Amino acid sequence: MTKKKFSPREKSELIWGWLFIAPTMIGLIILNIIPIFQTIYQSFFKTGDFGKGNIFVGGANYVKVFSDSEVWQALFNTLKYAVVEVPLSIIISLVLAVFLNGKIKGKSTFRTIFFLPMVAAPAAIAMVWRWLYNCEFGLLNHIIPGKTNWISDPKIAIYSIAVIGIWSIIGYNMVLFLAGLQEVPKDYYEAAAIDGATGVQQFFNITIPLVSPTIFFVMVTRIIAAMQVFDVIYMVIDNNNPALMKTQSLVCLFYKYSFQQSNKGYGATVVVVLLAVIMVFTVLQMIGQKKWVHYM
Amino acid sequence: MKKNKIIIYVILVIMSLIMLVPFIWMVLTAFKTVGESTQMDPFVIFPSKFRTDNFTEVFHNVNFARLYFNTIMMIALRVLCAVLTSTIAGYAFARLNFKGKNIMFGLVLFQMMIPTQIFIIPQYVMVSKLGWTNTMMGLLFPGLVSAFGTFLLRQAYMGLPRELEEAARLDGCNIGQTFLFIMAPLTKSAMVALGIFTAVFAYKDLMWPMIVCPDTNQTTLASALSKMQGQFTSNYPELMAAALIACLPMIVIYVIFQKQFIEGIATSGGKL
Repeated sequence: MTKKKFSPREKSELIWGWLFIAPTMIGLIILNIIPIFQTIYQSFFKTGDFGKGNIFVGGANYVKVFSDSEVWQALFNTLKYAVVEVPLSIIISLVLAVFLNGKIKGKSTFRTIFFLPMVAAPAAIAMVWRWLYNCEFGLLNHIIPGKTNWISDPKIAIYSIAVIGIWSIIGYNMVLFLAGLQEVPKDYYEAAAIDGATGVQQFFNITIPLVSPTIFFVMVTRIIAAMQVFDVIYMVIDNNNPALMKTQSLVCLFYKYSFQQSNKGYGATVVVVLLAVIMVFTVLQMIGQKKWVHYM
Repeated sequence: MKKNKIIIYVILVIMSLIMLVPFIWMVLTAFKTVGESTQMDPFVIFPSKFRTDNFTEVFHNVNFARLYFNTIMMIALRVLCAVLTSTIAGYAFARLNFKGKNIMFGLVLFQMMIPTQIFIIPQYVMVSKLGWTNTMMGLLFPGLVSAFGTFLLRQAYMGLPRELEEAARLDGCNIGQTFLFIMAPLTKSAMVALGIFTAVFAYKDLMWPMIVCPDTNQTTLASALSKMQGQFTSNYPELMAAALIACLPMIVIYVIFQKQFIEGIATSGGKL
């Protein structure tokens, strides 16, 4: 009597269900889930010279990471990039989104222009910016008089990189904010206008609280993405650039160790550290959101 | 009130210029001679003549037809794989009840939270063991399935009314038929959004093609550009011509289908 019997419907849902998810699940397990453990496993090995295979070294890679000044510097560079890129790109794109959400002529033209960098290959974007930043012949040094070494002065290069990052992403953030703004009821603004609130007051007292879930979402995903910055730095900063040490990110190091120096064990260690850092930041934001995110 | 409007327009126009100037400068430089591009006194903004020499030279040195073919094939295959596998899996996760579903969906969500670099070393080892380096299969490999797409399509199916399925079932459709004829056609917009999202990010991907297809003839536009930079180090007019050739088709497609592009990215990006 206790034996559970499937109804024909339940049985057919079981079969179809597993049939439908099988391709995705097999793919995910082989391509992603197992590799997570393989990468962690790999981080306990040293890749031998001349293809000697893996040598188990226990926690030696982690000990090395924590005393490796190059890794610490890269972590610091990555954080610096994120601290500049994320807040500035969010503020600029939120303001632009609010402007475009009003009664503006040429709304879709502006939107198309701001979004344009999203569809250009980062490799091409990086090349153009490198040319704009060129110390001797660049457009930027022609507009701003002086001989600033935008991308080879170790003190400012990371900020120049962050400017490229901001320029590339504001259109994307803006589109997400525009979608969030559409959810805000128009009568809130009408009521505020009747009470004599200025545009700026409306922005801080109505717009920001009501789109705070979108701001939070963009912030979390942007921080995760900024921590993984690679393309622009790889393309703009050459190996003989004096600012290399002060600009290379953790993912740049991961690429260098794993695929240029074929020390996959140490590369894996760096990427595990990156995962840990990202997780800490994400958890902190999840805790912090209760203080400022208002869900309707 | 009037004054505020003017300030808003001024800011929007200045921002538009900031967004456009790098692209304009790329185009102008691509038509200049090296001499014009490095002349400082007077500074040359417009090329004296719109020469196509840089383009001929770049086309001569780089097999762009081949790079285009590789890039388009990779994008098409990744979009096809992602949309097909995500559509069926998304439906099962949204509408069917079966044992093990929650654990499996947990894995999908888990994958979405992990930075992609974690997967790269083992994926590369698999590709090289299978002998797929410098092949189309190698380029496609990480895009065979999509956790994000599965999540996106699941959300789309969750939003559809249940009555539709019930009616189909009463008419004698089995689950496969209900899915194929009734439900899947209703999530076309989510499929398009996923397709655009997948295409844009496949096109922009740099690290994977660099690792798995180092051969200049087997790789994608993005990764070939990174190689060219080393080749023509300081010949910026030629570099800009190459960058323009690599970017132009995607930009043209974007300008034509901008509404679909922006909506596709907004609906999928917003759910990421």
